[in-house]
This record gives sequence, C-alpha cells and structure tokens, in this order.
Amino acid sequence: MTEIPLQHILFLSTALFFIGVYGFFTRKNMITMLMSVELILNSVNINFIAFNKYLFADKLDGIFFTIFIIVIAAAEAAVAIAIIINLYRSHKSIDVDETNEMKY
Amino acid sequence: MDGKFISLIVLLPLFSFLILGLFGRKTFKTFSGIIGTTSIFASAMIAFITAYQYFFVVGQTNGVYQKIIAMKHVWLQFSPNVSIDMGIILDPISVMMIVVVTFISLMVHIYSLGYMKGEERFSVYYAFLSLFTFSMLGLVLACNIFQIYIFWELVGVSSFLLIGFYYDKPSAVAASKKAFIVTRFADLGFLIGILILSFNAETLDFETLISRLTDPNSEYLHRIVSASFLGASALTWGLVLVFMGGAGKSAMFPLHIWLPDAMEGPTPVSALIHAATMVVAGVYLVARLFPIYALSCPAALHVVAYVGIFSSMFAAIIACTQTDIKRVLAYSTMSQIGFMMFALGVSSYGGENGLGYMASMFHLFTHAMFKALLFLGAGAVIHYVHSNEMKDMGGLRKLMPITHLTFLIACLAIAGIPPFAGFFSKEEILAAAFASNPVIFYLAIATAGLTAFYMFRLYFSIFWNKAEFKSHSRHDSHDEHHGEGSSSMLIPLIILGICSIGVGFIPFGNFVSSDGVALHTEFHPTFSIAPVLIALAGILLAMTFYKKENEKPNRLAASFKGIYTSAYHKFYFDEIYLFITQKVIFNLIGRPAAWFDRNIVDGMINLIGEITQEISTLIRGIQSGRVQNYAIYFFCGIIGFAVLFIYFWK
Amino acid sequence: MSITLVIYYLLAAMILVCGSLSVTSGKIFRAAVYLLGSLIGIAGLFFLLENEFIAAVQIVVYVGGIVVLIIFSIFLTHKSGEEMKMPSTQRKIAGFVAAFIGFFLAHFLIHHNEFVATNNPKIEQSVMNIGSQMLDTNKFGFVLPFEVVSMLLLAAMIGAIVIAIKVKPKE
Repeated sequence: MTEIPLQHILFLSTALFFIGVYGFFTRKNMITMLMSVELILNSVNINFIAFNKYLFADKLDGIFFTIFIIVIAAAEAAVAIAIIINLYRSHKSIDVDETNEMKY
Repeated sequence: MDGKFISLIVLLPLFSFLILGLFGRKTFKTFSGIIGTTSIFASAMIAFITAYQYFFVVGQTNGVYQKIIAMKHVWLQFSPNVSIDMGIILDPISVMMIVVVTFISLMVHIYSLGYMKGEERFSVYYAFLSLFTFSMLGLVLACNIFQIYIFWELVGVSSFLLIGFYYDKPSAVAASKKAFIVTRFADLGFLIGILILSFNAETLDFETLISRLTDPNSEYLHRIVSASFLGASALTWGLVLVFMGGAGKSAMFPLHIWLPDAMEGPTPVSALIHAATMVVAGVYLVARLFPIYALSCPAALHVVAYVGIFSSMFAAIIACTQTDIKRVLAYSTMSQIGFMMFALGVSSYGGENGLGYMASMFHLFTHAMFKALLFLGAGAVIHYVHSNEMKDMGGLRKLMPITHLTFLIACLAIAGIPPFAGFFSKEEILAAAFASNPVIFYLAIATAGLTAFYMFRLYFSIFWNKAEFKSHSRHDSHDEHHGEGSSSMLIPLIILGICSIGVGFIPFGNFVSSDGVALHTEFHPTFSIAPVLIALAGILLAMTFYKKENEKPNRLAASFKGIYTSAYHKFYFDEIYLFITQKVIFNLIGRPAAWFDRNIVDGMINLIGEITQEISTLIRGIQSGRVQNYAIYFFCGIIGFAVLFIYFWK
Repeated sequence: MSITLVIYYLLAAMILVCGSLSVTSGKIFRAAVYLLGSLIGIAGLFFLLENEFIAAVQIVVYVGGIVVLIIFSIFLTHKSGEEMKMPSTQRKIAGFVAAFIGFFLAHFLIHHNEFVATNNPKIEQSVMNIGSQMLDTNKFGFVLPFEVVSMLLLAAMIGAIVIAIKVKPKE
C-alpha cells in the first residue's frame, strides 16, 4: 500500500476535481451539474484520506472530515434534488439556461 | 426718547399686515379696513409725538439737531467691525419722513375705506398697504446701509404687489413686472454701490460710514479716493451706483419708464406709493448720504443735479401731451422729484450753502401733501366717471364741488402760486439753483412754467371744458346725484387740502438743514416775481386752451406735430428699451447663452449619460443570468488570486 | 511494479475514465451510471488505502443513496432515451481551458511541494478507534461536529420536503 506514491494519488484527485469542474461549467442539465459536484466532493475525500494515511498517521482527523463531507454531500444532494424537482414543476425543464427570469 | 416706543411706529403696521394677511380673508373681511386704519392711526400718533419730542423737547444741542440712535440690534455680525444692524435712527430728515409717511398713509387708509369698498380682496389690499407702510418706515428709520437696502427691496415688493393688485388685468400684471424689473435692475447698482462703499470704509453703519468718508484725514477716504476705475475714483463709482438705485426707485431718467405704467394700480396706492412716499426714497437716500456726496465727491453730486433737472424737464414736456389723468400726474411726480434731486445736486454742505438740501427736503414734504391730494382727487373723479381719459370728463365742478375745490388748491400749490405750500418750497429750490448754477436755474424756471401749464390743463379738462358732464359709461340716474364719494373719501381730501395751504408756512429751515444747524431762510419778494409770473402765464395759457371746449389744442398740436407726437409717445423710450432688451439683449446675449446651455452644457451631461449607457450595454452581456458563466468568472478569479498570492505576494 | 500499484493504476483509470464520461455523456441516465462507476472506483481506492470503514460508507451513502436519488430524480424529470442538450463548442472550450489551467496550476504546486510525514506513532484506523474518538467528549473528540451535522441532516431533510412538497391549489 505505501508503495503507491502520494504524488500519484494527488494527481488522481486533482484530475478528478477538474473533471468535475469542467462538468460543472459545461453541463446544461441541473442533475448532471449535481453529479459534477459529487465528483468534486469525492476528489476532496480522496485527498483527505491520502493525507491522513501518508502524512498524519497519528491522527484520525482526515477520516472525520471525509465522513462529514459525505454527510453534507448527502444533505446537499437531497436539498438540490428537491429544488430541481420544484423547478421542473414550475418550468417543465431543468435546463439552467432557461431559468433566467432574474437576468439583468 | 424711548426706542421701544418709537419702534411701535414700525411694528404696528407689521402686526396689522400679519393679522390681515393671515386671517383677513376669512375672519375679518369687512373689518380689515378698520383694523388697518386703526393701526396706522396709532402709528401716526406715535410718529407725531416722536417728532414733537425730537424737535421741541430734546431739541438742539449746541445749536445742532443731533442724530439719535434710538435702538440698535446687531442682526448679522460679519466681523468685529462689520455687521448688519436693525435699528432706528432719529435725525431731522428721518423724523420728517416718518411724519410724512404715516400721515399720508393714514389719509390713504381712510380714503380707501370708501374707494375700495365692495372690493373682493379688500383685506388683502389693506394687508399690502400695511406691508408697504411697514417697509417704508423701516427704510426711513434705517441706521444701517444694509438695513435700508433690505427695506428698500421690501418696498419694491409691496409696490409690485399693489401695482398688480388687479391681477386679472393683463396690463396691471405687465406694469407690476415692469416696475419690479426696472427697479430691481437699479437696485443692482445700489447693491454694488453699497459693497464698494462698505468694503472701503469697512462698516455698514451710516454714522461711521459718513464720518469715515468725510473726514479729510481718514485713511479710509484716502484709500477709496486713490482706488480708481475707468477714470473715476471708487468713491465716485460707489456714490453714482447708490444714486442709480435711488434713481430707479425715484423714476429718474433713464429708469423712469416703470412709473407711468405703475398707475395701473388702485388710485389710492398711486397716491401713497407712486407719488408721496416710495418714489421719494431715492431722494431720501441721497439726502441720507448727503455729507459724503457734498464733502468728498462733488462729481457724483453733479451727476445727481443733471439727472434731476433733465428728468424734471423731460417729464414736464411729456406730461403736457398725455390724456390719461393718472399718467399726467405720474409724469408730474417724476418732474417734481427731479426738482428735489437737482436741489440736492446744487447744494453743498453746511450753513447758507446747504439751502438746496433744505429746499429739497421741504419740497419733498410739501409735495407729499399736494401730490397725494391730487391723486386722491383724481381717484374720486375716476371713481365717479369710471375712466381715466380726459375726454370722458369735463364739467365736473358742479357735481363734485369739494373735490373740485381741493383739486384746485393742489394745482395752485404745485404750480407755485403763493401762498400755497408749493410756492415756498419751489422758491427755495429756485433760489438754491440760482446761487449755484444758472443753467439749471433757467431750465428749472421753464419747467415750473410747464408744470403750471399741464396741471391746469388737467384741472380745466376735468372740471370745466364741457358745459355739462355727460356720463359715457353709465346712463343711469347717477347724473342726478352730486358726484361726491362717501365721507371717508372726502375727509382726507379736506385735510390734505388744508395741509397744502398750511404747510408752506412752517419755518422748515429751522428744523431740517444739511448740518443740523437751523437755517433761517429769508423771503425775497423780488426774486419770487419771475417764477410766479411764469407760473401765472402757464395757468392763463392752459385756461385759454382748455377752459372751454375748442379747437385750439388740436391746432397747436398739429403745428408742433413732430414734438407733440413724440412727447405723446413718451419720446419712444418704452420702444427703445423694448428694442434693446428684446432685439439686442435677447438676440445677442440671451440666445447664444441659451444655445450654449442647450448644446454645450446639456451636451456634456448627455454625453456623460450616453457614455455610461454605452458602457453598461457593453458590459451588460457579462450579467447573463447564467450560473455557469458566473462560475467561470468566479473560478478564473480564484485562479488569478491563487497565482497572485503564491508567486507575487509572498 | 507491485500488484498494489497495478491495482491502483487500474482503479485510477476506472475513476478518471468513468468520471470523464459522466461529465461528457449525452444521455443523462448513462452519465449517472458512469458516475456510479467512478464512485465505486473511489470506494475501491479507499479499500486499497486500508480504510475499510470509509470505503463502506462511500458505497452505502454514495452508491446506495445519492446515486439512487439522482436516478430517481432523472426518472421524475426525463423521458427515457432522451438526448440532452449539449453545450456549445465555445462553452466547452472555455470550460476546458479554465479547468485545464486550474489543473495545471494545482499539479504544478503538488509537484513542487515537499510533503513531510509526521514521525509520531501511528494510530490504527480501525472502526473502534474512529467510533470512540467521534463520540469522545474530551479533547480532540468530535462529538460536537457530530451533533451539528445531525442537526444539519435534519434541517436538510425538512428543507427538502418543504421545497419539494406539492402546494395544493387554493379553493
């Protein structure tokens, strides 16, 4: 296990993070944007676990943060989906470009 | 002398103005006349008591009537030395003026009870009259040159209000505006004059101002004389500009054009404001600053003299051709004020040489009496005839015997026939002119003759001319009654008539003179012969032309057609002013200024507005309302800050 | 090259490929499935890093919870087989450039940073240790965040219900 270099894990998490960012920028559909956000959060989780494992093996803080992030992600997903469904009811669409009443 | 007691003279009319102005229309209505008259009556009584005390109880100290500052409140303090005060100054001319103002005002108040009866805005009228009286008294008693300016403007405002009293008449509105603008224009000069004088003398107080600018050793005088502008010293400019203000109010040439039009106001108002009191404010102002004029700057005094005599002559010529009786009186007023002005102009300070000063004040005093009487008499006639035109009148002497008699007295007084009041004051003026400047003297004598002629032209046209008065405007049974107004209109006429006879016998020189020392004038019968003869000649001429209806006046007019027409049109001064203002000022200054404002100034503002709009349209695209765009901006910002903090801002 | 490393690279490839497909796929249901793959890969990575508890939580919460929730919402809002509207090329380029710059910067930083490991004695990352420290009220205990997060979950649940509830039209 320790033979996996930390740099490689960080490369993975960074790549995943920016894949999520790219998705967040380009997706029009709100649900897929939500998915992108999940990817971003997961990449952060990877970082926390890796740092805890490689650098601060005397503590459990990274694990706790990961747990809390997962919990918050769950809460966020629930609220986001509630909003999306509500929006779908009123606009018959969950396309972000069409919800532009507040423009200008 | 109790300052508080004296201040009641000024404050009573103010209270009456406030009460009538605030509550008159609803609460008092018919009583407002009584309220106004009562307050002015009280004010007049206090003024008489004050005059009595000043001249006879306090009297002279070292043979001189002292200036008494009865009251003084610092109102605005600019610096330790310069302040605007509100105060009361008592000296012979101010005491004389409060008597004149309150007395004439009282007469007019009483007269108006009858004249304005039934008027819808009766209480407003009385409120305005009270406001005028208040301001005029404040002006007269001012102890500070700025105080006089404040009341000066108040007087202008009340004059404006009263001229435009019949505001549904377009001509009255135009006249009030004209009066206001012309006098306002003159007051601009007055204000600049005040600033020049007070800036150099470093005071606004009359006494200090006069003492600083007349003492030959004073540094202030030295400084103001040495500062010169366009070839005249600052003192000359200051005094001439102050005189300009006076000329505006006193309708001196070339600022006279408002006065004839001001006759659009109710006739009692004309009597009070545009004959007896307000228009002499200019004379009073020059008299107030007379020591400076006479001792330090004779050049300015010469300006006063020549403007005075020219206006006098000019107005007298126009008066001979006018057919509106109030306009004749207006021009006669202007002519008489010209007399007062040039009397001041030919005078010098102190002793026998101050005869002109005393004569001017004396004439102011007597003129107030008989000119008010003339206007009130004319008012009675107009009230009866319902027209201002001479041709609608004639043969009224039997219908209005008292008016006729008093009017005759006034005409004799203004023509200078002994023993009526005008005779004495005019003789003094002519004597003063004779002593100093022969040109002015001969012009003055000629003007006096003209005065007699046009006054009697007026008199005969109104009361004789036609055998029987035929009313043009009303064909009811009015002719059967005698045409006198109510007693409230007759009493002032009678009182003023008595005064017009009597006041000439007051030894005026004993009370008022340039330096406060009693001036004993001697009566020279031989000197008086020429003026009286000329006046009589004028009267006789008027009698031949106008006593019976005949063709002579028209023939005369035809033979001097050019002069007659131009005089009838007041020498086209209105047209000239209109040309100057509308064509020259409007086109050459007003239009370019308006163009500049519209295109350059507004253009700049619009340009700024348009630039803002353009930029905002440009950057509006950024506010697309798309969350993802915002996210990209936000993200780029974060990267930018990260780079900044990590690499450049360690 | 050890077997662990090989497994790691396989997992990493799975995570990145599934993640990329999940953000680029034209069909939303497929995107959700790719996301599922990516998340499972991450769970595998956690196993590989000997964090079985977190790996289990990852699978339970993400795979079993969030992705299912997402798939339900997809069913609620989409007809099956529907192609999604795809972003404009301009937007794709802009997003890619922004993300790439960010990635480059972050990678550069990671590459040039010295990570120093602590020398303190290790602590075993067992479930027992995690559980006791999480509910510990002493120093370094996490009971307060734990309670706060429980409140947050409650609030989020109520909020989600309130937002999504159908308002009956007034009569």
